[in-house]
This record gives sequence, structure tokens and C-alpha cells, in this order.
Amino acid sequence: MKIMTCPLNGPRPVSEFFYWGEVRPMPDPDTCTDAEWADYVFNRNGAPGVKREWWCHTPSNTWFIAERDTEKDVVLKTYFYQGDA
Amino acid sequence: MPWRLLRFALNRKHPEPRMFTHHDKLKSSYDVVIIGAGGHGLAAAYYLAAEHGVKNVCVLEKGYIGGGNTGRNTTIIRSNYLTPEGVKFYDESVNLWQDLSRDFDLNLFYANRGHFTLAHTDAAVRTMRWRAEVNKHYGVDSEVVGPEAVKEAAPMIDLSCAGHAPILGALYHAPGSVARHDAVAWGYGRGADQRGVEIHQQTEVLGIDVQGGKVKGVNTSRGYISTNKVLCAVAGSTPRILKMVDVRTPIYIHPLQAMVSEPVKPWLDPILVSGSLHVYISQSARGELVMGASLDPYELHATRSTLDFVEGLTSHMLDMFPFLSNVKVMRQWAGMADMTPDFAPIMGKTPVEGFYLDSGWGTWGFKATPVCGKTMAHTLVNDTPHPLITGFSLDRFSHYALTGEKGAASVGH
Repeated sequence: MKIMTCPLNGPRPVSEFFYWGEVRPMPDPDTCTDAEWADYVFNRNGAPGVKREWWCHTPSNTWFIAERDTEKDVVLKTYFYQGDA
Repeated sequence: MPWRLLRFALNRKHPEPRMFTHHDKLKSSYDVVIIGAGGHGLAAAYYLAAEHGVKNVCVLEKGYIGGGNTGRNTTIIRSNYLTPEGVKFYDESVNLWQDLSRDFDLNLFYANRGHFTLAHTDAAVRTMRWRAEVNKHYGVDSEVVGPEAVKEAAPMIDLSCAGHAPILGALYHAPGSVARHDAVAWGYGRGADQRGVEIHQQTEVLGIDVQGGKVKGVNTSRGYISTNKVLCAVAGSTPRILKMVDVRTPIYIHPLQAMVSEPVKPWLDPILVSGSLHVYISQSARGELVMGASLDPYELHATRSTLDFVEGLTSHMLDMFPFLSNVKVMRQWAGMADMTPDFAPIMGKTPVEGFYLDSGWGTWGFKATPVCGKTMAHTLVNDTPHPLITGFSLDRFSHYALTGEKGAASVGH
């Protein structure tokens, strides 16, 4: 992956982008247990696969979602967050 | 010696295995199955056989011996860490390293060079002082030195680093060393092999049989093995194995790249590290400059290398050593680093009975090879974590009791 497609700016060099990890639903801190919260804070799905991830195009500060195969280093899709994380 | 050679001359078949015995078949059961024939896995096998008399052990390796991060690191050995847990643990490792060549009867090219961690900012000097005090408290040779000491040890350095990152001082760690990394895996492998451990290369683990929360066996590409104890020592492949036993951990994988230059005459004796410039450099016994930088910026389960890395690293390298501008880069490669949030490893027992982890070794695992083998062998035999690794248990995260070692990572990641 050397080029990434920003939903706002189109294809750009990957060095312009910032990676912010997999999209993960946050449990409600007021109602979840300590164990659930620790799981959310620390644990990750580290196995390879196609993942939905947060990325940011830094020059334009554009946050979006990328679907990426973390074994092949191929971006399948990029799109704006639709409130369905 | 000549008589021994004669035996080879007169034999039609090679009279003895060069390093390892080849086993045609897996046995149906073993007392311990170790996944991963890198330095850590083989060291654990070695100490199980040598110190605990547990010899019905097999080591499974998907590729070849030492082909993972054992053969991909930049071979630096040091113990100037930040937390008491880390300093005690790595110091024991350095002590073990010093006798390994003799134990194995194999030259590991262990070379004591001295290790400078350069500080370019007041904040970095402060962290160096902190580390030096913790180190000294636990008897580790470590001190803060001024720029002149750096210049004396490495006269070719530009102390101003091209004017934008002047060196204010350094943490000097006299025991800092380098060693030939693949020989470490071979030495442990041969020692284990001679004591009855079976090493099976080209054998992939496809699944782990867990029944009622206990390990019962391992499914491999060459058949099923029954066992009650499995040690997972697979670095960047750890999350794949964890998925098989359904254990959740904070481990995530980023590639770490490194490169070597063409061989040049010896000019650099010590190991130099700059956290701010994201550079570490030493000169190997062959004259190559061995260089590394920080982690790749995003998760990836592959060992591809990039031009970005070479451009970034060389530009910082030239800030420190402008005269290297004519030296060519010979090759580059990457390893998959199993990172943790606190930059400390995850070792010991897991929620699955009989499944043990030696993982989370990220970018700092090579130097710990001997002590990991020793402490994991102890943990497997006694089913309780060795006292040196209690600070590295998996359950520290559920208690929010992290072992913050990031300040001692070689470069800021």
C-alpha cells in the first residue's frame, strides 16, 4: 500500500495519513463492569484479517473509515463514518 | 581432531548430523509442545531438558530455525531498563549471555561494545538520569555522561546532529553488547537436540485442542499430537495462535524494519542509539553497519520493506554521521513485532490451563532470549510463574497494573 484514497481528497501517498486503530464499539462506562472496561481499554483483536479502521488524512484533518486487509496490506474501501461504529 | 576428520573421509554417509537430528515422524504425545523454534522457544526447550530433566519435548516450527524475529533483530544486548522488574530481568539475561558461547561450545561472536543512548533534549537527559539511578540501585553498570564522552567513543559523530538536534549527553551502559543472532538459535537448538528434544521444522500448528478449559493436544500440518502443556513463543504470529485458544490480549502487530550497509573498515566500536532521531547503529564483526529505526506506523501482518523507511533512517543517520553519505545500503528487511501497551512482555500462565505464553516481545526480545528460556522452563515445570516474571503476567491489564517500560525502549515508538 503506497497510495490511499481519501474520501475527500482522492488518492494520496500513504505518508500523508495517520492510523488510529480498529473501529471498536465503546461500552457505556457508567453501566459496564471493571472487567469489561479493562477489556475495552487494553485488549485488541490482533489477528490478521479484513478490518475496519480509523484513518486520518493529516494535511486536511479528514477522518474516515478504511476497510483494509492487514495481511496483504491492501485497502479495499474508504468512506466517511456513518454513525454505525 | 585429524582422527575425527578421518571418520568423515572413510564414511560414505555423513557420520553425524551437522547441527540437528532430523525426525521423520512426530510422536503421538509429548510432555511439552513448544510452538516456535526461534531463540525463545529453543531456549525454553534447552533449559527444560538441561535443568529440569524434561526431555519428552517437541518444538514445532512453521518455517525454519531462527527464521523469524531471532534472525531479524539488530542483535543488541543491554539491561539499562526503567522499571525494577525490567532491570532485574534483563540483568539476569546479560549474566547468562556472557557464558553462553562456552555452554554451547559455539562461538556466538558475543562482543562487549558499550552502549550509548543519546539525549538531544532536557527531557531526554532527565529520563537518562532516572534510568541511571534505577540501574545503579539494582547493581547495573549505567551512568549519565556528557557529549565529550560520546565524541571520544565515536570520533566521527557530528555532536550538533546537523545543527538541529545537538547532543546534550548520553546514558552510557558499559555491558551493552552485540552477538550473532542466528547462532543463538542454533546453539540452543543443538543443546536441546543433544538432550533428546525433537525439533520439527516445516510443521505448522493448525489448531489447539482445548477441552473443559484445559489443553489436550495440538493439531499440526503433520498430524495430531496429544499434550497437556503448550508454550507459545511465536512473536509476530502470537495473535493467530491466541485466536485458536480464544484468549484475549492487548497484543497488536506492527512491522519493525532494519537494514545493513555494505561492509566498511572498522570505525565504530560502541552501539549508538538516538531516541529523538529514531536511529540505532552498530558495526558488525563483518564491517556492516547494522541500523534500525522505529516501528512502521500501522498494523500489518507481513514482512515487506519500504523505501520510506530507508529514506527516513538514512536522513537521520547522516545528521549523526555526515561522512556516511557515500556508503551504500546493502539490504533491508522487516520483522513482525508483537507490541504491548506498556512496552513490557506478556509471560506466564493464561486462562487456559496448560497454555503458556512467552509473548509481547515487540522490539525488545532478542536480548531476553536466555532469561526467557530459563524462566519459562521453570514456569512450565512448576505451573507457577518464575519470580522474575510476575510483573509480566497477562492479568496485569485487567487490574490496570501496567509495567511501564516505554521510557527504556530503544527509540521512541
